[in-house]
Amino acid sequence: MALTDNILEMRGITKTFPGVKALENVNLKVKEGEIHALMGENGAGKSTLMKVLSGVYPYGSYEGDILFKGKACEFKNIRNSEQLGIVIIHQELALIPQLSIAENIFLGNEQVKGGVIDWNGTIVRTRELLNTVGLSESPNTTAGSIGVGKQQLVEIAKALSKEVKLLILDEPTAALNEEDSENLLNLMLAFKKQGITSIIISHKLNEIMKVADSITILRDGKTIETLRVKEDNIDEDRIIKGMVGRDLTNRYPEREPNIGEVLFEVKNWNVYHPVQERKVIDDVSFNVKRGEIVGIAGLMGAGRTELAMSIFGQSYGRKISGQLFKDGKETNLADISKAIDNGVAYVTEDRKEYGLILMEDIKRNTTITNLKGISKWFVVNDYEELNVAEDFRKKLNIKTPSIHQKTGNLSGGNQQKVVLSKWIFTGPDLLILDEPTRGIDVGAKYEIYTIINQLAAQGKGILVISSELPELLGICDRIYVMNEGSFTGEVPRSEANQEILMKFMTKSRG
Amino acid sequence: MKTALKLFRSNIRQYGMFIALILIMLLFQFLSDGNLLKPLNITNLILQNSYILILAIGMLLVIITGHIDLSVGSVAAFVGAVSAIMMVKHGMSFPVAMVLSLVFGALVGAWQGFWVAYVRIPAFIVTLAGMLLFRGLTMLVLDGKSVAPFPEGFRAISTGFLPDIPGGGDLHLLTVIIGVVLSVFYLFMEWRNRLIQKRYQIEQLPLPFFFLKAAAVVVITNLFTFVLASYKGLPNILILLALLVAFYTFVMRKTVMGRHIYALGGNEKAAKLSGVKTKKMTFWVFVNMGVMAALAGLVFAARLNAATPKAGVNFELDAIAAVFIGGASATGGVGTVIGAIIGGLVMGVMNNGMSLIGLGIDYQQGIKGLVLLLAVAFDLYNKNKSA
Repeated sequence: MALTDNILEMRGITKTFPGVKALENVNLKVKEGEIHALMGENGAGKSTLMKVLSGVYPYGSYEGDILFKGKACEFKNIRNSEQLGIVIIHQELALIPQLSIAENIFLGNEQVKGGVIDWNGTIVRTRELLNTVGLSESPNTTAGSIGVGKQQLVEIAKALSKEVKLLILDEPTAALNEEDSENLLNLMLAFKKQGITSIIISHKLNEIMKVADSITILRDGKTIETLRVKEDNIDEDRIIKGMVGRDLTNRYPEREPNIGEVLFEVKNWNVYHPVQERKVIDDVSFNVKRGEIVGIAGLMGAGRTELAMSIFGQSYGRKISGQLFKDGKETNLADISKAIDNGVAYVTEDRKEYGLILMEDIKRNTTITNLKGISKWFVVNDYEELNVAEDFRKKLNIKTPSIHQKTGNLSGGNQQKVVLSKWIFTGPDLLILDEPTRGIDVGAKYEIYTIINQLAAQGKGILVISSELPELLGICDRIYVMNEGSFTGEVPRSEANQEILMKFMTKSRG
Repeated sequence: MKTALKLFRSNIRQYGMFIALILIMLLFQFLSDGNLLKPLNITNLILQNSYILILAIGMLLVIITGHIDLSVGSVAAFVGAVSAIMMVKHGMSFPVAMVLSLVFGALVGAWQGFWVAYVRIPAFIVTLAGMLLFRGLTMLVLDGKSVAPFPEGFRAISTGFLPDIPGGGDLHLLTVIIGVVLSVFYLFMEWRNRLIQKRYQIEQLPLPFFFLKAAAVVVITNLFTFVLASYKGLPNILILLALLVAFYTFVMRKTVMGRHIYALGGNEKAAKLSGVKTKKMTFWVFVNMGVMAALAGLVFAARLNAATPKAGVNFELDAIAAVFIGGASATGGVGTVIGAIIGGLVMGVMNNGMSLIGLGIDYQQGIKGLVLLLAVAFDLYNKNKSA
């Protein structure tokens, strides 16, 4: 036993939930000191496996063995696994926004001297930890007042405070912009040098290629293979093949653009921050033509979501000025129902918080935007609703036992399809899609792109906001670049590449 | 048998509290030596609980939107007091006074709805303030004294019965006929529904169970009307309640407005971005609550035949308990009108039953508290199991 250089071995893990086998005989071997990536489509069982490892699902609720440093482990809860130095950082950050950074880091692990909290010691330790992760914030700053990227770093500092041996990061960069992601990945590489082993779960192939030494691929709750990145000379296509079980020759579906007249035009758009006295959107003008897919690139905080929401029924900001034209005629989208009536749809960035009513089922979520369409005298026709929802389920290939399923129980890709359904059901001419594929696996992404292409082919205008440059380059006909609230560039597809976009993204308006 | 078990499992949440209600009724029927289900007592039970049930319907809407209303007891007392001043002191005719009272309730609701929906002060605080404010106003209006008596016509709302047609002998014939008519109407609607479901190819209840359910509903309805008929027939207040239940069930299940209220409670941000006018909706839900509180106040005043400064104390708690026992979620987005009514009846039957067997008020309070806690725990347990 002692001969192994594996810090962690999980053998024959099987975990069943009522009705589903989430994991079936899964094996995972992680070498000491490496960065090990866990990949697979949504619902493949990655998060479940990590919950088994960290003791969220206690010993006895699964079959199989966990060996950490050669010793068999029987974790009853998260505390047990943390005592051995296994720390998991979840996708949804678990910081308490009202508490300070220092308080958050030592929450549940307070630095005590003689029965009372040693605040000076806490602050000093926090400073050291923040230094290690490269975060220059005061330990007394409240966690809610810093950005998501920095919060992620605080989480990592928290993990370090627990003498971490094995760090597990569940989609750490999903909510981060390119720059913050880059920092985080570099930090992982630095930890590797210090001998900390990491497991990373991510959908972003380029990131995995950058940091991972080994990759274990899960599919439908089973281990498919473990790849050694260097030894086996692995590339992105090879990983995708493992994940989807087939060759995905093209990550973006083919499309023959058929671009018509200008559909929607924005002129001299200005928006102020809802509470502060500053301009968030500064003199932005753009247009979208029929049948065209237009992208908006930009770093986090460039004002892309704010722009979209201020146009969509003025759902963001104050003192909004400027003109909107649809089919050449000036329109007024003063509130959301007017925007919907005028054929504008906005698919939100955060589908759980802003997109879906998770406790309600698929059919009700689908029709909420356009109940008028299935009503007579304000009375909803339930049967018509079933038809509509069933129709979308088939057309968009929503994988679910039935449309009576609560949306909270669906995977990310299927949730996104429901959000798309509800907006397509309003019969929009212009669809604004904010990060349409965030947190979605490769297979589902391809399906979403296909849907987007179909909508464009029907003569609708599509505006896509995305932080993933390859995605914009893959699907858009034209890309606007935004920085600090204004447009810094406009690039047609033929001339666009990552370098040009990046240059405009970081350029201030001259 | 297997299908029966499966049906039972999937419906236990929906019908669980209804079954509990029946068990509680049977228990007290046994403990009270058959007094609970006597015609006189059943009639009393309805009269005693009518105003709580009216409040529970309004409260259900408030709770679905994710808010709460602590002021309804005080508002009911206040409107009762105002109506007494209008009718008793100024001799206003009772229909006019009632309409004015309901308008008053709407204004009170609008006042609270404004603070909750547009200023965004938590409803707990707004209505806590309202609870104190309107209690104070009640005492002020009544000058600390009871005002009585009300005109005969007004009192009939709470104490009157449906007039009979001749020919029934000891039995209230019209009541029996209404029971039969309702049964026929129910069967017709169910059958029509079934045909539509067939057309849309929706999974249906297997035929034997369909008949079983239909038979159960018909038997219970007719038994109920028969029991009432052997006393004085249908109380007026029961007819009012039935109309309210039917109307609000329809609104919440079938109309765009109902859908918007559920959506708003389920996820306010998502609802807003889907075109639901969330502020307006919240405002009107509170206006509605104000009207319902006013109606409850009138019914209570009519029953007591007096407006008193102490009227309506703790009504809000009974109404809130009824809604939660009926399966509504404290975080909003979940709940049904029928559920709230069943919840209210559970409380009412327990009150009545415990009084019948001579249990002291001390025990009554404690037991009711435990029932509330257990009912919600049971509901949560079921939800977790199904998730």
